Amino acid sequence: MSSDATGPEVPPIQLLDSAGVLQENDRTAEFLPAIEALSDETLGRFYRDMVMTRRFDDEAGNLQRQGQLALWVPSHGQEGAQVGSAHATRNQDHIFPSYREHAVGMVRGIDPVDVIRLLRGTTHGGWIPAEKQNFHLYTLVIGSQTLHATGYALGIVLDGDYASGDPATDQAVVTYFGDGATSQGDVNEAMVFAASFQTPELFFLQNNQWAISVPVQVQSRTPLVRRGEGFGIPSTQIDGNDVLASYAVTLRDLDAARSGGGPRFIEALTYRIGAHTTSDDPTKYRTDAETQSWIARDPITRYEAFLRSRGEGDGFFADVEAEARALAEDVRTRTLALERPSSDLMFDHVYSEAHPRIDEQKDWLKNYEASYGDSL
Amino acid sequence: MTDTIVAPPAVPSQPTSEIMPLGRAINAGLRRAMHDDPRVLLMGEDIATLGGVFRVTEGLKNEFGAHRVIDTPLAESGIVGSAIGLAMRGFRPVCEIQFDGFIFPGFDQITSQLAKMTNRHEGAVSMPVVIRVPYGGHIGAVEHHQESPEAYFAHTAGLRSVSPSTPHDAYWMIQEAIKSNDPVMFFEPKSRYWPKGPVDLSSPGVPLHASRVVRTGTEVTLLGHGAMVSVLLQAAEIAAEEGISIEVVDLRSISPVDYGPILESVRKTGRLVIAQEASGNASVGSEIAATVSQQAFYSLEAPVLRVSSFDVPFPPAKLEATFLPDADRVLEAVDRALAY
Repeated sequence: MSSDATGPEVPPIQLLDSAGVLQENDRTAEFLPAIEALSDETLGRFYRDMVMTRRFDDEAGNLQRQGQLALWVPSHGQEGAQVGSAHATRNQDHIFPSYREHAVGMVRGIDPVDVIRLLRGTTHGGWIPAEKQNFHLYTLVIGSQTLHATGYALGIVLDGDYASGDPATDQAVVTYFGDGATSQGDVNEAMVFAASFQTPELFFLQNNQWAISVPVQVQSRTPLVRRGEGFGIPSTQIDGNDVLASYAVTLRDLDAARSGGGPRFIEALTYRIGAHTTSDDPTKYRTDAETQSWIARDPITRYEAFLRSRGEGDGFFADVEAEARALAEDVRTRTLALERPSSDLMFDHVYSEAHPRIDEQKDWLKNYEASYGDSL
Repeated sequence: MTDTIVAPPAVPSQPTSEIMPLGRAINAGLRRAMHDDPRVLLMGEDIATLGGVFRVTEGLKNEFGAHRVIDTPLAESGIVGSAIGLAMRGFRPVCEIQFDGFIFPGFDQITSQLAKMTNRHEGAVSMPVVIRVPYGGHIGAVEHHQESPEAYFAHTAGLRSVSPSTPHDAYWMIQEAIKSNDPVMFFEPKSRYWPKGPVDLSSPGVPLHASRVVRTGTEVTLLGHGAMVSVLLQAAEIAAEEGISIEVVDLRSISPVDYGPILESVRKTGRLVIAQEASGNASVGSEIAATVSQQAFYSLEAPVLRVSSFDVPFPPAKLEATFLPDADRVLEAVDRALAY
């Protein structure tokens, strides 16, 4: 954020500075009780989930480089924003991600190999949301999922499944999107609809500073947090590399939304350390100095320092490292075992009900393939 | 040689039959669908308090409440995109797009999201969403208010597309579209909103995706959908006065096409003229012409001919009568077909 026109008026909410020191001041006071309420086990889980995601991300990138995936979408650098916010959701909530939310999905229980399947080209989906704590499928058209989220949240309003006063059952929706997406009509329409119908919904923006090669300054001349405010949606800017800020602010906003307070908007300032995808080359559009400045604010490094300052010992970190190594090996093994699906996959679910043209073409292909015998 | 008009299966003298205009028939069909299933809801621009710019949803907000007849913000992508989310929650949303030419801001949500959602979920999620589109010309309106965009959607896997031509079909087809677990593009021939016809309230007669012979004849088959069907019946009437026997088939379902009755008719007459309000290039008529040429090759006495609007943008209203195929343009093609 070098330009005055895009600089924030107030600093983002930060509970852990980049050295991992807990920030106790007037602006953090409302959030600290939520952190103090977390058990050591949960605090450790935040660390574990960030490390596991990064290791998975590294391994998937390697698999792509070895020709095993068509593409990979790195999440490196954004683990704090994702793990914190994901842990603030409740079981009954629905989550509509973009396509880089590997950590959110893993917190909600998806198998990381399901994401691999998408990028290896064996499916366009990967999992059944109802079986994965309502973590919906990735959406590749930028911003389209925000409208699905808003429609789902409108359904919660129509069904009256919110604002009962019981946060254990009241429902809410989170949608994830990026800085580039904020320029899309769909994201703006989603916020218009959400504000008009006062849906129980959180718009979670990961501003990772770059939409492929285009800097955020081209998307907006004002801080993006003001976009939410412009729609009449209470909005907060946070340090997106601070897992505790992401957790505490998401918890506050989601519970406000689920209790009938209407939609909320969070802009998490973070950085995509890796490329947009493995097809991208960030050296063509950004400086190494910029990337290094964000590596110095890494979410995992600062959080490890925080845990160590609380007395967490080497054994814990070694265990997480071993678990991450095992995950990477498991992902590699199972990725290599993923084979071409049956040709039937193309035809079987185009429609929910029988369709003569599809049935005819499926039969034709079956006969055609059979005519080649085993040589196909 | 006597031609008989095959009426819809309505019998006006029966108490289960009513005479009503097509627009009112859709209103009645929507009302019945909303009574039958509490998860059916309507959403669109100006549809609640006003009852829609064509008044198709008039009275439904008062009857069912603002939570089931929803005036949305003015954004077509927003309407379709949020309908997808509602369908994921088990609602059966019926979206109104105010005019044909306004559907394109919602094109991504319809073709890339709605149409593919069941496929992406490998069948675990259904998308029972209906998109109502008043379409077509003959109403003397301004730019973007008279178009026939159905080919874009017929081309898209995952969508179903239908268009009723009579009040009876309108009443039943809207209910069947709502019952479908797949997304249905429901093209309403807006120039036919007002003419009245019988509606048999007891039975639809044929399924949603059936084509149907609406006038029997022996020499040439005319095929069309929506408002074009009345033009074809008019052409057949004129031809009959000249001693030419014409069979008219109402396509009804644009995707999938029910080829059975079409091929049966063509095998009988040996000649097919397809008429449509849409421009002809890469149109619904193009696909049907190719398929019939292949499937009924040895029965054809003449090439399949198409009568379409010209491949130009829909012109200013003072030129629409020249742009849109009328009975004379259809009969010119009939003469050509008979000359082979």
